[in-house]
Amino acid sequence: MSAPIGTLDRRAAVKALLADRGDLLVISGLGSSSYDVFDAGEHPGNFYLWGAMGGAAMMGLGLALAQPKRPVLVITGDGEQLMGIGSLLTIATKQPGNLSIAVLDNGHFGETGMQLSHSGLGAKLEVIASGAGIGSVSDIADMAGIERFRASLRDTGGGPRLARIRIAAGEVERALPPRDGTYLKNRFRAHLGLAVS
Amino acid sequence: MDQIAVHQDSATSTDWPVAIYRTLKDFGVAQLSYVPDAGHSKLIKLSHADGAIKTTVLTTEEEGVALSAGAWLGGDRAVLLMQSSGVGNCVNMLSLMASCRFPLLTLVTMRGEWAEFNPWQIPMGRATPHAFEIMGVTVLRLDNPDDAEEVISAAASLAYDGDQQVAVLISQRMIGRKKWTKETH
Repeated sequence: MSAPIGTLDRRAAVKALLADRGDLLVISGLGSSSYDVFDAGEHPGNFYLWGAMGGAAMMGLGLALAQPKRPVLVITGDGEQLMGIGSLLTIATKQPGNLSIAVLDNGHFGETGMQLSHSGLGAKLEVIASGAGIGSVSDIADMAGIERFRASLRDTGGGPRLARIRIAAGEVERALPPRDGTYLKNRFRAHLGLAVS
Repeated sequence: MDQIAVHQDSATSTDWPVAIYRTLKDFGVAQLSYVPDAGHSKLIKLSHADGAIKTTVLTTEEEGVALSAGAWLGGDRAVLLMQSSGVGNCVNMLSLMASCRFPLLTLVTMRGEWAEFNPWQIPMGRATPHAFEIMGVTVLRLDNPDDAEEVISAAASLAYDGDQQVAVLISQRMIGRKKWTKETH
């Protein structure tokens, strides 16, 4: 087996990312990322995915283009981002300054038995993002790096950004957000002052 | 003139891509994403030239499904253009739209159904309506260029007002035979 990718506690990292979130809008990828975001605190500006693997970053792009004055943060895992790896190229073509992607990278498919992911087998997501044309990339291994990334999110002209966040691969107790997608959608739109059809 | 138009003999003189564009504008569509197709080339050009439509080229079709969901969350109406060969790529991502009752409007140019030269296009062309229907997407057909405004308008109402996922399949007959060389037919 390969050496662990990181040591950061995923819950602590996400909680720190979302501290004093202000007008931040959040999309979370399915699985542990959604649990982490929910555990950090319920918020109508959170949209938790429970499926649509590979779609979190693209959902973030659609939202970021629609709401250019609001910072948008996609929080997802390495496996989820890998399934939609082409979306990094698509995001780069649009250069949305208000979109940031935080990839919680433990190098494993955590929900399905902890099989090694491509990241765990050597792929470097921040290098791939850079090659795709995402100008602001970072490789974060400690809480100081999390804090720097968090501070950068408020600048809606500085993106797109991608941070690879090196987390420990251990199992964490599940914290289950609401699963009703229509409820989550309507709550999110109401938070933005949009009509609920 | 548009090189693509030169290479294809259109089945009609009606400028149906312009009719589609105008109808999308009437519905306030603010985002358009696409995987290119020759049949959509005029609409794609019109969209890129329109500063009020955020136009996004995709690496694969299911990206546009997720993009449409995010656009709606943020208050934008979106439309997704693809050709029939890309429909199968979208199947799992369509769960997102069904689970959250997100509107989806996708316009699909058909291959593999009318005077198709390339046998590789035929299996997915034949499966296209079924691939949508198994995921609960309403399938409408646009077979006649004169119906473009009416069909797109009906599809857009069903999607944006009725919170449905709607695909309009644009007949290969409308797009015309593809000529593979300039010299021969």
